[in-house]
Amino acid sequence: MNEPSYAYIIKQGLWKNNSGLVQLLGLCPLLAVTTSAINGLGLGLATTLTLTSSNVTVSLIRRLVRPEVRIPVFVLVIASAVTIIELAMSAWLHELYKILGIFIPLIVTNCVIIGRAESFASRNTVDRALLDGLAMGIGFTLVLVTLGGLREIIGHGTLFAQAHLMFGEFGNRLTLTLIEDYRGFLLAILPPGAFLGLGFLIAGMNIINARREKKAALGIVPAGRASRAQA
Amino acid sequence: MNYRQILITAFILLTFALIGTALVAFTFDNTRERIAANERAALLNKLNRLIPPERYDNVLLEDTVQARDEKLLGTNEPVMVYRARKQGRPVALVIAPIAPDGYSGTIRLLVGINVDGSLSGVRAVSHRETPGLGDAIDEERSNWIHTFDGKSLTSPPLERWKVRKDGGDFDQFTGATITPRAVVKAVRNALLYYREHQAALFENAAPDRANEPVRRPD
Repeated sequence: MNEPSYAYIIKQGLWKNNSGLVQLLGLCPLLAVTTSAINGLGLGLATTLTLTSSNVTVSLIRRLVRPEVRIPVFVLVIASAVTIIELAMSAWLHELYKILGIFIPLIVTNCVIIGRAESFASRNTVDRALLDGLAMGIGFTLVLVTLGGLREIIGHGTLFAQAHLMFGEFGNRLTLTLIEDYRGFLLAILPPGAFLGLGFLIAGMNIINARREKKAALGIVPAGRASRAQA
Repeated sequence: MNYRQILITAFILLTFALIGTALVAFTFDNTRERIAANERAALLNKLNRLIPPERYDNVLLEDTVQARDEKLLGTNEPVMVYRARKQGRPVALVIAPIAPDGYSGTIRLLVGINVDGSLSGVRAVSHRETPGLGDAIDEERSNWIHTFDGKSLTSPPLERWKVRKDGGDFDQFTGATITPRAVVKAVRNALLYYREHQAALFENAAPDRANEPVRRPD
């Protein structure tokens, strides 16, 4: 991958190489935390912050690290970054820190982060690494919020419950109760529901991609996307 | 690889380890006080939800004593008791017992008890109960925890301090009995402990930390 363009990086991170739906990395937090949209959003943002700072750091030091020890060094960088972010959250965003609990330090084990460090940040310039971190992180966050939202609606009948934990007073207005007196659908909230939900999301993405390919193959190309991306 | 390359590689790893550790230590040092203040504020917040600040005029976080009773308080470790007083007279206290028999481990509780033995409230502060099932003990998830407000060992009477399934007066959750059963039992035991040690729990009202011994009332 020589000098990938900014547009390419963004498309890869958000859709074509989405860490949650295509690369299937970081599934542990993805499945465990997406019991509600707000939980997914909180963890997604923390992961994005970690991913971006880790990518930038790894890119900055990429010429100083010998290949033989690059993985331990990346792990050191990621673990230090997560520890610092965790301390900072405890100091300045204490409420959110308490809610996300153990999933903040678990970000260290998220394979997306070391995956991007190894396959992208260590081989690209800092600006591209930064963008890749943002794009991958936001792509991951979108999956977290979507899956969390779906599981919350089907499982609890609400959407954005406990939004006040992230958004304060304003958050109370965001919370929707979509189905009154909902008895709840437990399967959606428990791990099997997470696997099923993720499966449906991946299937949905594949359907959308297949339709796009068919359209392009038939020559019905939407304006502005004349040449299909090669990746 | 020859020895020199190995040494250089090891040295690089060591350097990064030192830098990483130094950065973490630096952050830790510079956030330590803020974090401690945040924790204190969060704890005081929780206590105030059980005993509203208008009811007391002492420094709740510092007027404390420790209680230990493995059978009634759920742990062999000493447990914190925060005492609220108004003009020197005891008003209420908050005790922090543990429900050891939750579905997924222990449940830490805060139990607010007024001087007359009635509950000012109960909260579950940490647990690992199943999301969507046992986690209904969280105030944010459901109102269940508020069924304890105002109750005491006479209302309902002691024999009825169980979940309905066991012949008592307390609701359990559909699909989750173990969790509410553990919490009801722990609250009942906390009330029993209070009844036994009421006078001792409020003794040694010295607000000055230096003079206050760590007591084991019993």
